[in-house]
Amino acid sequence: MAKVEDRAPAAAAGLNDDIGEATRLRLYRIQVEIREAEQRAFDLFLQNLVKGTSHLSLGQEAVAAGFAAAMKPGDLSFCTYRGHAHTLARGVPIEKVLGELMQRDNGLMRGKGGSMHLTSAEHGVMGSYAIVGAHLPIACGAAWRAQYKGAKDVAVCFFGDGTTNIGAFHEALNFAAVWKLPVIFVCENNLYMEYTPIGDVTAVQHPAADRAAAYGLPRIVVDGNDADAVYRAAGAAYAKARDGGGPSLVECMTYRHSGHSRADPAKYRPEGELEKWKARDPIKLYRERLKQFGIADNVIAAIDADVRRRVDDATEKCKTAPMPPRDILTKDVYADGGFAWRN
Amino acid sequence: MAELTYRDAVARGIAQEMARDPDVVFLGEDIAKAGGVFKATVGLYEQFGPLRVRDTPISEQAILGAAMGAAMTGLKPIAEIMFSDFFAVCFDYIANEFAKSRYMSNGQLKCPLVVRTGNGAGSRFGAQHSQSVENWCMMIPGLKVVAPSNPRDVIGLLAAAVRDPDPVIFFEHKSLYPTKGEVPDGEIVDALGSAKIVRPGKDATLLALALMVPRALAAAETLKSEHGIDCEVVDVRSLVPLDTQTILGSVARTHRLFTVEENPRLCGWGAEIVSIVADEAFYDLDGPPVRITTPHIPLPAADILEDIALPTVERIAERVRKAMQS
Ligand SMILES: Cc1ncc(C[n+]2csc(CCOP(=O)(O)OP(=O)(O)O)c2C)c(N)n1
Ligand SMILES: [Mg+2]
Repeated sequence: MAKVEDRAPAAAAGLNDDIGEATRLRLYRIQVEIREAEQRAFDLFLQNLVKGTSHLSLGQEAVAAGFAAAMKPGDLSFCTYRGHAHTLARGVPIEKVLGELMQRDNGLMRGKGGSMHLTSAEHGVMGSYAIVGAHLPIACGAAWRAQYKGAKDVAVCFFGDGTTNIGAFHEALNFAAVWKLPVIFVCENNLYMEYTPIGDVTAVQHPAADRAAAYGLPRIVVDGNDADAVYRAAGAAYAKARDGGGPSLVECMTYRHSGHSRADPAKYRPEGELEKWKARDPIKLYRERLKQFGIADNVIAAIDADVRRRVDDATEKCKTAPMPPRDILTKDVYADGGFAWRN
Repeated sequence: MAELTYRDAVARGIAQEMARDPDVVFLGEDIAKAGGVFKATVGLYEQFGPLRVRDTPISEQAILGAAMGAAMTGLKPIAEIMFSDFFAVCFDYIANEFAKSRYMSNGQLKCPLVVRTGNGAGSRFGAQHSQSVENWCMMIPGLKVVAPSNPRDVIGLLAAAVRDPDPVIFFEHKSLYPTKGEVPDGEIVDALGSAKIVRPGKDATLLALALMVPRALAAAETLKSEHGIDCEVVDVRSLVPLDTQTILGSVARTHRLFTVEENPRLCGWGAEIVSIVADEAFYDLDGPPVRITTPHIPLPAADILEDIALPTVERIAERVRKAMQS
């Protein structure tokens, strides 16, 4: 099999415009927004305005954009700690995401969740989970509700390559397959767990796709740096789920440009690897794609400028936003709004 | 009024709630067609069908994770974990996921679910199928924890648990399944967070939970008839929320406190209650509070050993007598 990084962009083979200009512009805008917002988050770290930890998706934007653009409103996303990208891709305001990272009162969860737990139920972001693998079974439950209620929404669950070696992955895959649940499992294979290459600890080459057969599912590997390819794979998986065809497991090959988390300088990577992947930077690829489809430079530049302005605005709003009030410390432990465990 | 076993009360309680609310669904291992390994869910599959009563693979994480995802999005799932010892293989959901998601999401996510489980010793199953683990759950903010001691409470507290907007861990005692009790006809709905004085008395308060309730009652009879010590027995019923008012009220009347706990000694539920009483009712006490527990051991299989591990009627009576007469 050809290495993913050596493959030519799909569109180069022929100008098959199955996606359409409006969707392409949306795919581009989502990717740029994630890139700009996450770079800003990184800058804010350096200024000590973002505290705690943070896991960026720089370099992985095409996966979030491709799946989000293929979703319908009402579909439900389940993310990991590396979830800013998927949260933004669902249309959650940048200010709410940066506000949570900056632990301000205007954050999505008013500072009670933090970077690893971004949640916006009104946008279908049903939580970001920081225990590896935990959210795959949870996504199954959301899909079970859709199946039971005869609703047409689909649950989509994003996770990393490292997650394929934890029990919850295997329990969820089998469970979803046996119950034929409308859920999509999306493995973002960025080649590394925290610091260890996934190949060093996995019995098969493709940690997700090569396990699909064990659950009666087709083997799907996608170029995760090509938003069009992701969008097409996502569309097929959504259609299958909505038609009652059950779950899909999609492995997207990609790469994170920065370290695992804020603390990681990523010294464990072989020399040249990052540069090679940066040559296939999803946003760079997509800009070229748009040009191939005849979209003018000034249209692209206008999107870039608009996104940058919105990230700037959001940053300023967050910098002046108040810290959360202390009285929320003990709120919302229980449904009565408080934390009382006794009378 | 009808006499019902604790086991049949479980099925009746689930059926009562499933008949009331079509969003109540039930999943677990061997619970549907087989009626449960303890035969506590017989008839539910036949009554409510395969969409609402679903057998799962042996995947405890998938069971609790799916229950959580369903609860978050509008259903009211009841999940069975066959033996409470198996909480250890799915504890992430109990400790990290559904207990915390409301708080972490600033109130956006809710998890109105019930985890039912077979808890406790007495079946000679050995160390991995006999534990009393209600204290594992009591310590986690965000959970509610219930353990009924009789068939009527099984139905009433299960109904309260299903209707509660928070995740509730519902401990059924395996050794109580065959026991019988009077149960009124019609719908039964109890309240979480209420303890019950099951035997009034004036000399000492005995707090007990689940299987320890009938034992404390039997010990109270012995203490009364043989030693003239009149014990009040309080069925705690609900560890979270905890009905401290009933407990403190009883201690204020009797001036002595004994906890009768099946869990092993360290960090058992009684330790928390003794600490509350020490904080808030110290001057009501005429003597030191006493905890009667299983020793700090894994449980053995042999009947002769298991029987002396748990607080027995004799041990409870003897310990209370000694403390009261010293
Ligand atoms: C159960 C569990 N084990 C270990 C960790 C620590 N941890 C956090 S992220 C991570 C790596 C996960 O790798 P992968 O699934 O590939 O996701 P990526 O970070 O690459 O997106 C590890 C080991 C954890 N959070 N949860
Ligand atoms: Mg990874």
